[in-house]
Formats: sequence, C-alpha cells, structure tokens
Amino acid sequence: MPVYAALLYTRDVDWTEPGYDKEMAEYQAFGEAAAAIIRGGNALYPTPTATTVRVEGKGGKVITTDGPYAETKEALTGIYLLECADLDEAVAVAATIPAAWDGAVELRPVITFPTPPSA
Amino acid sequence: MTAAPGMTAPAAAGSAAIPGDPSRPALVRLVRDEGRRVLATLVRTTGSVQLAEDAVQDAIERALRTWPRDGLPANPRAWLTLTARRRAVDLIRREAARDGKEAQAMVLLEPDDGPPPSGPVARDDLLRLVFTCCHPALSLDAQVALSLRTLGGLSTGEVARALLVREATMVKRLTRTRQKIAQARIPYRVPAAADLPDRVAAVAATVYLMFNEGYLPAESDDPSRPDLADEAVRLGRLLRELLPTEPSVLGLLGLMLLQDARRAARFDAAGEVVLLADQDRGRWRAELISEGVRLVGEGLRRSPDRPDPYVVQAAIAACHGLAPSYPETDWNAVLSWYDVLLTVHDTGVARLNRAVALGERDGPAAGLAAIEAITGLTDYPLWHASRGELRVRLGQEPAARADLRAALALPLGGAQRRYLQRRLAELT
Repeated sequence: MPVYAALLYTRDVDWTEPGYDKEMAEYQAFGEAAAAIIRGGNALYPTPTATTVRVEGKGGKVITTDGPYAETKEALTGIYLLECADLDEAVAVAATIPAAWDGAVELRPVITFPTPPSA
Repeated sequence: MTAAPGMTAPAAAGSAAIPGDPSRPALVRLVRDEGRRVLATLVRTTGSVQLAEDAVQDAIERALRTWPRDGLPANPRAWLTLTARRRAVDLIRREAARDGKEAQAMVLLEPDDGPPPSGPVARDDLLRLVFTCCHPALSLDAQVALSLRTLGGLSTGEVARALLVREATMVKRLTRTRQKIAQARIPYRVPAAADLPDRVAAVAATVYLMFNEGYLPAESDDPSRPDLADEAVRLGRLLRELLPTEPSVLGLLGLMLLQDARRAARFDAAGEVVLLADQDRGRWRAELISEGVRLVGEGLRRSPDRPDPYVVQAAIAACHGLAPSYPETDWNAVLSWYDVLLTVHDTGVARLNRAVALGERDGPAAGLAAIEAITGLTDYPLWHASRGELRVRLGQEPAARADLRAALALPLGGAQRRYLQRRLAELT
C-alpha cells in the first residue's frame, strides 16, 4: 500500500512549552485512532531552532543559515508517515489530524524505490 | 485557460483528414464515443490512465486509418477493445523487458481478454473515469483538460486549441495530471454514497466551467478549434446517462441546453453581442428549450427538500426561454426563483442578476437601489455596467458614463468590451 507523508503546517509553536494540553490531547487521540496506519512521525521544535544547510557545489563550502528553508506565516511543525489505500483514504485521515483545523496538512506520496537484488 | 495574445494554433495532430469524405465527422464521433468506453474499461484492467490512453489512442488511429478502407467492423467496440488491449500488452511487455518483471506485469491483462464488458460494468467503468478526471485533488484547469482529452476523446492538439494554450503546454499539463493520478494514487472508483453529492457537484462544476469557456465569445478565429460548449453539452448528456437521478446532473444539462438554445441569437452577423432583450427569439432552438424545461421539471421532482442550484438556475433560464418577448417575461417567476437560488447559492453575481430582474419588474429606481446594496462586486465589470444601464433609464447620463468607464477599466472579453464601448459612445 502507498505511504503518504503528511506535513503539518501550523502556527509556529513550541510543543514543549506548557499551555498546549488541549492540542496534545487532540494529537494523542489522533495517534490512537490512526495507530494502525501510522508508519512514523514526530513533532518538530519551532522554526527558530531550524538550520538550513547548503553546499556550494558538490564537495564545496558548507553554508549554514539560521532558520527554516522558507519563511512563511505557517511553519512545518510536525510530520507523519501514513500507509493508506489511496489518496481518498489519505485525505480522510489527514482531515482528522488537528493541524488540519489549526493550519493545513500537505499530503505527499512517498517514493518506494525497488530494492536492489544485492540487498 | 487564457491565451497568449498573437499566438497561433498548431496544426491538427492525430486526425489526418480524408478530403471530401462526407462521413468523416460521423466516423470520428463514433470512434471517439466507443473509444471512451474502451478506455474506461482499460484504465480499470491496467490500473494506469497513461497506459490505457496510449493504447486506446493507437487503436483509434488504426480505426480511422483502416475502417474507411475495409469498412466498419461488425462490432466496433469489440474491435477497438481488442486492438487497444493488444497494444497495452505490447506496451507493458516493452516496459517489463526493461525492468525484468514481465511475468508480474502480464497478470494484469491476460485473464480479462474476453468480450468487452457491457451493461452495468461498462457504465461503472465510465463513471469511475468521470470521477477520476474530475477528482478534487486535481486543479480545475487540469480537470477540464483531462476531461476533454479522456472523456471527450479530443486529441491533445485539439484540447490545446480548445483551451487556447500551446500544444507543448497542454502536453505538459496532461502529463503532470496523469502523473499525479498515478503517483498520489487518486482512486479509480465511484465515490461512496455519502460523498456522492459533493463529488457530483465537483463534476458538474467542471463541466459547467467548460461550457462557459465555450459560451463566452471566442477570441480565436481558428476554424479547427473544437467547440467547448458542444463538448460540455455532450459530457452533460453522458452524465445524465450515467447518473439519471442526480438533480444537479439534470439541472446542469437543462441549464446548458436552455442557454445553448439561444446561441445563434447572441451575436449579430458582425459577431457583436446582442443582449437578451434584443435577441431574435425566432432563432432560439425550440427543441432545446423544451428539453431543458422537461429537465427542470424532473430535477425539481427529484430535489423536493433542498433545491439544487443548477436546477434553480435552469428554472430561471426556462422563464426566459418560454417568454414570447422580453417585456412579456414573467418577472415575478424570475424573481421568485432568484430568491430560492439565494437560499442555496448566495453569491454577489446571483444578487446582481436578481437586482437586474427587480429593475425590470419594479422599475429602474428599485433595481438601482438593489444593485447599490450589493457589496464586494466592485471588481466585477457587469456590476458597473448594470448600474450604468439603470442610471441611463433614470436619466442620470453623466453618472451612467462614469459606470461604463469603470466597467471598461476592468478585464473584459473582446465582444463584451466592444458592446460597452458602443454603449458609451451612444451616451456621449
């Protein structure tokens, strides 16, 4: 079955701070409800902790910049990997992720490369 | 869906004309209609829109090449199905030979090499194709293009000309769309009953958008440009065949037919816009009007609890279609239908149209007051133009001129622009 990455874009929040009990309970509930299809995922620290890495040509100078790749009003604050039968099912699941009403969820099909014979 | 100015359309592709063959358009239509059904089934059996389309396109080209020479096969659909399946097997073999997994790929096709499905299976295949082409995860532009290509059976070049984009652009748009269907796994399935009304509404919106693109004055003189309004009506008829009890399908087809009935009267010999009030009603197509009126009645019977926006808009179009002349329009009925429409489809444009009807029934002052009470339409040229017309009737010519100038300052189609310019010149 295909796997979808659900990218959670919401207010740029720090989930480790107190005051997110309601949201945490909602994510807990989602995690339990969707346990059978969640293949991975994590909450992310807020964008001030982000470091963007670029290399000037392969093997060249490494340039790090403070902050996320794209500065936007809503930030990537979490990810899930969801195994679903098709896009309709993935949309139905994504609609139950709290980020869907606290921001938006982007669904991206995950590429499965064929396993090399030697592996 | 907009054309770069000065762009020329590429030459027709995939449809080499047989000069002087009078049966050619009928043959093309037959091959396309049958090809669509063959395609719908092949998408299911191969699981790939791209592969199925390539195979069916090949079968269609062979049919157009060989049928005029050898005569029509006894069962055209079976001929196309067999030819397309063989082609699909070839394509899969070629692909599989590269990847070294032939055995796996062949499972898809071999067990199903019987006669083409008919009846409910064929119907469901077509429905699946409709819902895949009009899936809400695709952009509207992509839905329209894919529907024309896949459901309408137009060649890619024809789709490009119909939507006034370059053929290379259309090739890319269609490729991206099929890739999204394949990679994001947009399902090939009729939606569950609970989702059906929303999904049917999405299909109807796509077809109506297509109709309106074609119904607007063409900004292209290309004689080989397929007629979008005709294609949309054809799709509307297909939807009615597939979903005969859905009110929005009945309303959509009724609305399109009632508008299409007036097509010949909407422009004069010079190609200039003729307003509803001034149209020669003798040129309206009576048979389309009565078909549209019957569809309105059926749509209303099938939506007794909650009126369907397409059925109600078709009912308004029916009031105009049945009026012997503009002054004899039943404005009470028109206004009642607009009031119903606003309960299910409250938009600024619907309010504007209601205000114009109010102006006809209760006089220009009442219409003007209603227009000025609408907020949020100052970017809509017809709001200014309608206000201007009512101000003309009230003798407020300087204000009316300012309205027409405000309308002309906004983006407008060529024929509408010329109409407003003529109107402004008459007032100056």
